Amino acid sequence: MSTSAPRPTDETLAEVVVVDYGLGNLRSATRGLERAGAAVTVTDDPAALDDATGVVLPGVGAFGDGMENAGPFRDRLVAAAEDGVPVFGICLGMQMLLTSSEEADHAGQGEVRGLDLVPGRNVRFRGGQKVPHMGWNELSVERDHPLVEGVDGEYAYFVHSYYAEPEDEAAVLATTDYGVDFPSVVANDAGNVMGTQFHPEKSGETGLRILRNFVEYCAER
Amino acid sequence: MLTKRVIPCIDVDLDEDGNPAVYTGVNFEDLEYTGDPVEMARAYNEAGADEFVFLDITASAEGRETMLDTVSAVADEVFIPLTVGGGIRTEADIKETLRAGADKVSINTAALERPELVEEGAKAFGSQCIVISVDARRRYDEQGEHYEQVDGESCWFECTVKGGREGTGRDVVEWAGEAADRGAGELFVNSIDADGTKDGYDIPLTRAVCDNVSTPVIASSGCGGPEDMYEVFTEADADAALAASIFHFDEYSIGECKEFLAEHDVPVRL
Repeated sequence: MSTSAPRPTDETLAEVVVVDYGLGNLRSATRGLERAGAAVTVTDDPAALDDATGVVLPGVGAFGDGMENAGPFRDRLVAAAEDGVPVFGICLGMQMLLTSSEEADHAGQGEVRGLDLVPGRNVRFRGGQKVPHMGWNELSVERDHPLVEGVDGEYAYFVHSYYAEPEDEAAVLATTDYGVDFPSVVANDAGNVMGTQFHPEKSGETGLRILRNFVEYCAER
Repeated sequence: MLTKRVIPCIDVDLDEDGNPAVYTGVNFEDLEYTGDPVEMARAYNEAGADEFVFLDITASAEGRETMLDTVSAVADEVFIPLTVGGGIRTEADIKETLRAGADKVSINTAALERPELVEEGAKAFGSQCIVISVDARRRYDEQGEHYEQVDGESCWFECTVKGGREGTGRDVVEWAGEAADRGAGELFVNSIDADGTKDGYDIPLTRAVCDNVSTPVIASSGCGGPEDMYEVFTEADADAALAASIFHFDEYSIGECKEFLAEHDVPVRL
């Protein structure tokens, strides 16, 4: 908790669209982004992504259901990412950035295709750890990226049973130790598609710092 | 490494003017006005709380409306996980509580009465937000399924309702396993025997649940200070320790508890 509180601000740094595909509590993510200086639009209309300066893909629940519910957003999310628009996936939203997930296999849904913006697969903890991994755990920053500036060694709040395994090791921005050092923050090659396995909107000052890093990244782009 | 969590809990009722207010039990019976829920949430967040538990004890329709507004006000202030319990009986109740800004809902009696509610909630909103709460009471007869040795005697733990005044005949350990199988993401284990004593958590109870169910466990009831937290983390392997009055009446701060734990090699977020 050594990070300083984000400075209160009235100025809008960036306009961020939060994708509402029908799951979960978006209130905290929205308030956290607003506190970080974003003007937030929560939308269930895929067309709203067309002129977004930043996109947040939140999410809780299962991979197969998430992909199905987010289906109408798929083409525009991919287009925005390819255009260089900052896209930030949170928790399941991060897992959806990858190519596939064991979770859909385990749920008997066969191969469910992710967004494939960060090539790789989501896998289940298999070391006999208590699952879900629930609670506060430490971030070890592995690679420089604006999103993870100032959060090395800080704690974030996790709730998940699966984690991302990107094909390219360079996609791993931070790791966390839960019996295995798993990727807790990932990004694509270009750096504009990023995600956290933990919930920044639930991770106190560290989480608000990450949201602010994202909003500033959107503003500087 | 995953840290152990320290969680303050507030019981919220309506005051004489119909405004939400925190009340804390003193000496088992009397409830004392303790403060404003939003102010207390803000203070505990700053003090390093890992989560926040908010129990609605109004048990009335008007109370529920006011409570949801209060949950929203807390959620807008506090960027740590927020669990809300009290009076949640249906999938619609779960939905409106999550929409108000809760991250998890704690369900007790309604799940015992209709266990399918656990599955419905987990399927609709994800296991991570379904917390099953039990009010356990020791029983020293032959009716149970899972027995522990306590002070040389064999006892089991019964799920009770109505604040411990009514038994249900359900074995806590067995029910916890069933709830986990049905999709509960976390278990919130209260002890009627330990509640209000400040003599420490019910260790045999907490350990029995932790040993038999792989879902994370929040230990509750009986905390008199950081040593009790140490005991429940190290001897029962609880994932989180909940306390109310020691924080509300400034006997210990959250920081003091965490520092004590850290000094004794329990991983905590400092």
